[in-house]
Amino acid sequence: MPRPFSPKVVTANDLIEGDVIYMARNGSWVRDMCMAWLIEDEAEANTQLARATDEPGIAVGPYLADAAAGPTGPIPTHFREAFRATGPSNRFHGKQTQQSAPEAVANV
Amino acid sequence: MYDYNNFDESFVRNRVAQFREQVGRRISGALTEDEFKPLRLMNGVYLQLHAYMLRVAIPYGSLNPNQMRQLAMIGERWDKGYGHWTTRQNIQYNWPRLSDIPDMLDALADVGMHAIQTSGNTIRNVTADHFAGAAADEVEDPRPTAELLRQWSTDHPEFQFLPRKFKLAVTGSKADRAVTKAHDIGIRIVKNAAGEIGYQILVGGGLGRTPVVGQVLKDFLPREDLLPYVEAVVSVYNTLGRRDNKYKARIKITTMENGIEAIHDLVEARFAQLRPLFSGVDQEHFANIAADFKAPEFKTASLDGYHAARDADPIFRSWSDTNVDDHRADGYGIVTISMKAHGATPGDASADQMRVLADLAEEFGHGDIRISHEQNVIFPHVHRSDLPAIFAALRAHGMATANAGLISDIIACPGMDYCALATARSIPVAQEIAERFDALKIEHDIGHLQIKISGCINACGHHHLGHIGILGLDRAGVENYQITLGGDAGPDTVIGKRAGPGFAYDQIVPAIERLVHAYLELREDEGETFIDAYRRLGEAPFKAALYPEEDKTNAA
Repeated sequence: MPRPFSPKVVTANDLIEGDVIYMARNGSWVRDMCMAWLIEDEAEANTQLARATDEPGIAVGPYLADAAAGPTGPIPTHFREAFRATGPSNRFHGKQTQQSAPEAVANV
Repeated sequence: MYDYNNFDESFVRNRVAQFREQVGRRISGALTEDEFKPLRLMNGVYLQLHAYMLRVAIPYGSLNPNQMRQLAMIGERWDKGYGHWTTRQNIQYNWPRLSDIPDMLDALADVGMHAIQTSGNTIRNVTADHFAGAAADEVEDPRPTAELLRQWSTDHPEFQFLPRKFKLAVTGSKADRAVTKAHDIGIRIVKNAAGEIGYQILVGGGLGRTPVVGQVLKDFLPREDLLPYVEAVVSVYNTLGRRDNKYKARIKITTMENGIEAIHDLVEARFAQLRPLFSGVDQEHFANIAADFKAPEFKTASLDGYHAARDADPIFRSWSDTNVDDHRADGYGIVTISMKAHGATPGDASADQMRVLADLAEEFGHGDIRISHEQNVIFPHVHRSDLPAIFAALRAHGMATANAGLISDIIACPGMDYCALATARSIPVAQEIAERFDALKIEHDIGHLQIKISGCINACGHHHLGHIGILGLDRAGVENYQITLGGDAGPDTVIGKRAGPGFAYDQIVPAIERLVHAYLELREDEGETFIDAYRRLGEAPFKAALYPEEDKTNAA
C-alpha cells in the first residue's frame, strides 16, 4: 500500500538574497514559514511545485518539504527545515532576528 | 610574497567583468538557474541553507596586511561583519547578496585576490604548510612551488572539467603540517642522497565517504620536472577518472580501481610526451617567484623583556608555551593566534579582529600572515621580544586563548548551521566541548589532543584524522554523532576507526568527557598524549568508557 501523503510546503531560496522562501496560498512567496501554504493534497503539491519551478526569476531550487499544522501556521517536522526556518544556531542571524520566526518552530 | 603582475591583474579583472555580466543575465531572467549554476560555481559562489556563500581563495594560506584589511572591509560592507577561515586555507562569507558579489570580487581584485576555482571540478586552491619559510625543520619554503602550481593550474584549459574536484598540497617539512597524504596530489619537498632538492609525489589521498591515505607515486622528482609530471598525473586522471558515478570520481578511487602500478606506468608514458613541451621557461619563472619569497631581514634584540613578562604573568607564560613554536631564526617564534576562543565558532574572525591582525602583522610580524587548515591565524615571523605587546593586543580582542593543539582547538566544518550538504550541526558541538573542558579547567592537563568534527560524510572537518573524530549524521530525522578514534593528521596520516554506535546531540559532549577522563586515568604519565595512550592500549579501554552500559552487559 502506498504511504499516505504527508502535508508539504513549497520552499526555495530567494534569487537575490538567497534567503529561504515559502509559497503562500495565493501563490506569492513569503519569508515566514508560518505564512506558508500547507498543502495536504499530493496532486496539488505537485502542481504548485511545477508552477514554482516555472518561476526561475524568484525562487531557486524549489522543492516540497514536510510540514505540520502549528498554532499559527505550518511548522517543520525535520530539524533541517527547522534550521532553514530560523537561521544558524551559533549566531543570531537570519530569520530568527525577525519577530515571528522562533514561534514557528517552538514545538520542534 | 608574490604580487600580481599585469597578466594576473588583467585576467582577474576580466573574469570579474565577465561574471558581472553573467549575474546580470541571471537576474534579468536571460539565464536559468541550471545555466547559471556552473558559472557561479566557477567563481566560488554557492547557495547554502540561508543565503549565498562566497568562498575566496587564499593561495597557500598567505595574506599580507592590506589583503587582511580588505577582507575585513568586504565582511563589513557586504556581509555581516565577519568571515570564516576554512580547512583549505580559504575564507568564506556566509551572507552575501547575489547582486553584490561582482562588487565583492572587484574589491578582492583590488588586493590581488579572487574566488576562481574555489569550487567546481577543477584544481582547487593550492594549500601549503602554514609555517612555511619559518619552520626549523624545513628543507625549503614550499610557497614558491605552490605559487608555480597556482599559476599553472589557474584557468588551465585542459583541466576545467575534470571528473571531480582536485586538490594539491605542498610541504617542505618532514612534520607535514599540510596533510599532503590526504590530497589528490601531495607534494613533499625532499633532498636526495646527492643533496639535490626535488619532490616526492604522493597520489590518491582523500577523506570524504571513502577515506584513503595517499601513496608514493614518485619517490624523487627533479625540480625541473614538476609541472610536466603533475600535468601528466592530472591528464591521466582526466582520461581514466569515472564520470559515471560522482562517488567514485576522485583520483583516490581511480588509483584503487586501477592500482598504483598501472597509474604509475600511464603517468610515465604521458610524462614522456609532455616533458619535451616544457622548454625551461617555467624554471626561469620559478626562479623569479622564489625571489619574491625571500626571507625577511631578521632582527636581533634583547629577550630580557620577554623573559620578564613570562616570569611576571602566568597567563602570558601559558600562552607563549602553547601558542608559540620554534622558529629557524634565533630569538624568533612562530605565533599561532587561536580563532577558537572557548565557546566561539571555530575559524570565525570579525572585521575588527581582522584589522587588529593586519596592524599587528605590520608592526611586529614582517607583514606576513597565514591561515592554517586548522582554522587559526599564524604570524610566522615574530621576534620573542615583541610577544608581550602582541599578546596584550590579542587579549583585548578575544584572540589570546592559549589552546593551540589542545582539546578546544577543534576543526569544525560549518555543518547544518550553514551548509546545504550537511546532515547535522558541527559548530555547536565544538562550542560545547570547548566550554565544557574550559569549565573543568583540565585542558592544559590533558595536553595535545585533536578533535575534528564534520557535519556530513564529505569530511570537510577532517574527522577521519582527529585523535577523536566526530561525524554528524541524520538518523531517522534526528542528529546523531559517530565517534572515530586513533586518527592522526601527522606525516604518516592515520584514518581513525569508528568506535561504535552514535550518540544523540545531548549525549555527545558527555561521551567525549568520559573518553577524556578514561585517558587521564590510563596514561602512563603526563608526557603520554591521548594518541600515544590509544596506540599503546588499543581501542578496548576507550570503547569501554564510551559505552559503559554495554561493558556491564558483557561482563554479566
